[in-house]
Amino acid sequence: MWPRLSAAIVVVAATSALVLAQALPNPDGIDLSGSWAARNFTDAIGNMPGGGPRPVDYMGIPLNDIGRAWSLVYSQSQMSEPGRICDYYAPSYIAIGPMGLRIWPESELVTGYTTAWMIGGWADFVPITMWMDRRPHPSQYAAHDKSGFTTGVWEDDVLVTYTTHMEASMIRRNGVPSSDRATMTARFSRHDDVLTITARIDDPIYLTEPYYLTRSFALSRTPLNPATHPCTVTNEGVDAERVPHYKPGQNPFVGELTELYGIPQDAVLGGAETALPEFRKRIKDKYVRPSKCVSVPVSTCGGPGTYPPID
Amino acid sequence: MNFSRTLKPIVAVGVLIVIASLATRSEVRGQGRGNQPPASARAAAPFDPTGYWSSLITQNWRLRMVPPGKGDYIGIPISAAGKRAADGWDQAKDEAAGNQCRPYGAPGLMNLPTHLRIAWQDDNTLRVDTDYGTQTRLLHFGSWTRPEPRKRSWQGNSIAVWASRRGGRGGPPSARYLRITTTDLLSGYLRKNGVPYGENASLLEYVDLFKEPGGAALIVWTAVVDDPVNLETPYIISSQFKKQPDGSAWDPTPCSAGW
Repeated sequence: MWPRLSAAIVVVAATSALVLAQALPNPDGIDLSGSWAARNFTDAIGNMPGGGPRPVDYMGIPLNDIGRAWSLVYSQSQMSEPGRICDYYAPSYIAIGPMGLRIWPESELVTGYTTAWMIGGWADFVPITMWMDRRPHPSQYAAHDKSGFTTGVWEDDVLVTYTTHMEASMIRRNGVPSSDRATMTARFSRHDDVLTITARIDDPIYLTEPYYLTRSFALSRTPLNPATHPCTVTNEGVDAERVPHYKPGQNPFVGELTELYGIPQDAVLGGAETALPEFRKRIKDKYVRPSKCVSVPVSTCGGPGTYPPID
Repeated sequence: MNFSRTLKPIVAVGVLIVIASLATRSEVRGQGRGNQPPASARAAAPFDPTGYWSSLITQNWRLRMVPPGKGDYIGIPISAAGKRAADGWDQAKDEAAGNQCRPYGAPGLMNLPTHLRIAWQDDNTLRVDTDYGTQTRLLHFGSWTRPEPRKRSWQGNSIAVWASRRGGRGGPPSARYLRITTTDLLSGYLRKNGVPYGENASLLEYVDLFKEPGGAALIVWTAVVDDPVNLETPYIISSQFKKQPDGSAWDPTPCSAGW
């Protein structure tokens, strides 16, 4: 009796194990994991390492009047204040920053189910967690922080993420603001070894319509370290009691792009219409083409060696 | 003997379970692949790219919306040879030689401030017109072969497929994107200040269409230009186009070397 029963149990257990082993489905979507080197050609001006774009360059941004006014108040010296030194670093930095990305899945080890996709590998920002387990977003009254709250789903092999609960930050690194009511929808679209991220930023406070940005990355064999440190508050010796700013109408950089690049004022100050091809008609007779590259420092004119090949 | 007789049904049931399970799994994996191949590229299209589209110039504005100054190479991985050529660029010479369309070749065209009009010319040819520079790109699917003798042009010869993100032919048909390979280009410019690409440059493009809330749609057109002579590394750039309700903004303008 017992030998028969034991044998039967062994057969059933082995059969079940076989069935389970071969029945486990692959995780959804496609594999995005790896180190992705930034190819900052699409937004060479916005993603420029270092200080980023010049002050009062709002061209192509669908700013409303409040967003424009708040942008013009901004002084780059705010970045020296301990309380503001980390202001860039909301999840939208994935679209406006210069960094490459390290992407990896967090998997549930028994089923292999992808609980979250993680993005790290950039300076000054802790890895972003993009939850894939269909958990709900927190209440709109929940705390907002630098990381925000991001969930993701696969749509036709494109990872689509949605981020809420971001602290007020910037959508261009020259002080164009985003509010704590801003949201970001990002699409991670992989083709061969090229990754294109398309970000849509909605902000009912500062924008008249969604602001779209794209960035491209190439898969690299040189690993990016995922364990990067968060932005660290330091004392740069500025007076903490004073917020550097420009009073309305007194921003000294309003005319800079016009003087340097011959670009008319109504383009410099942005607005949804400035992103459309037909806007060119409005400025055709006002634009004065520079005879040579006038960017300062001269290294920002680009040239050989600016974008080294990747491994 | 009795032992064997008792085990036989158990083993048989186990084998049946495994076979049934394998069959089910195979069926799930094979969905969408067992059907007959579609009759045409138009019938197989995972999305509808036709209609009018407007570029959204939200990035690199002063390099795209207006012609930048000579020597402004930021955003292009230009090589020393490419820089020498670009430093010698002369707008007046291009105009005198009738080469106003050199900045409108396929490698740079989609990044310019343009509207697109996309339509099926026939079941296996997608036609993309731009109003900026009045250019036409024909994207050939299927068994199309380029005409002989070989003839170069600003837009070259483009072969298109609906490609899988999983390599090969895997994944659901709805997850495919448009992949375009273009050859037979005339040499031209990547930017309207004479940054060159040569005749032997290769152009590979990936086109996604994303549906947006409220019936809106966005095309994201990613181009990879490889030119070992004029570039130090492949130039990867993406451009965005927003769906338009009609052609009211369509405004054909001829090629211009200076504006």
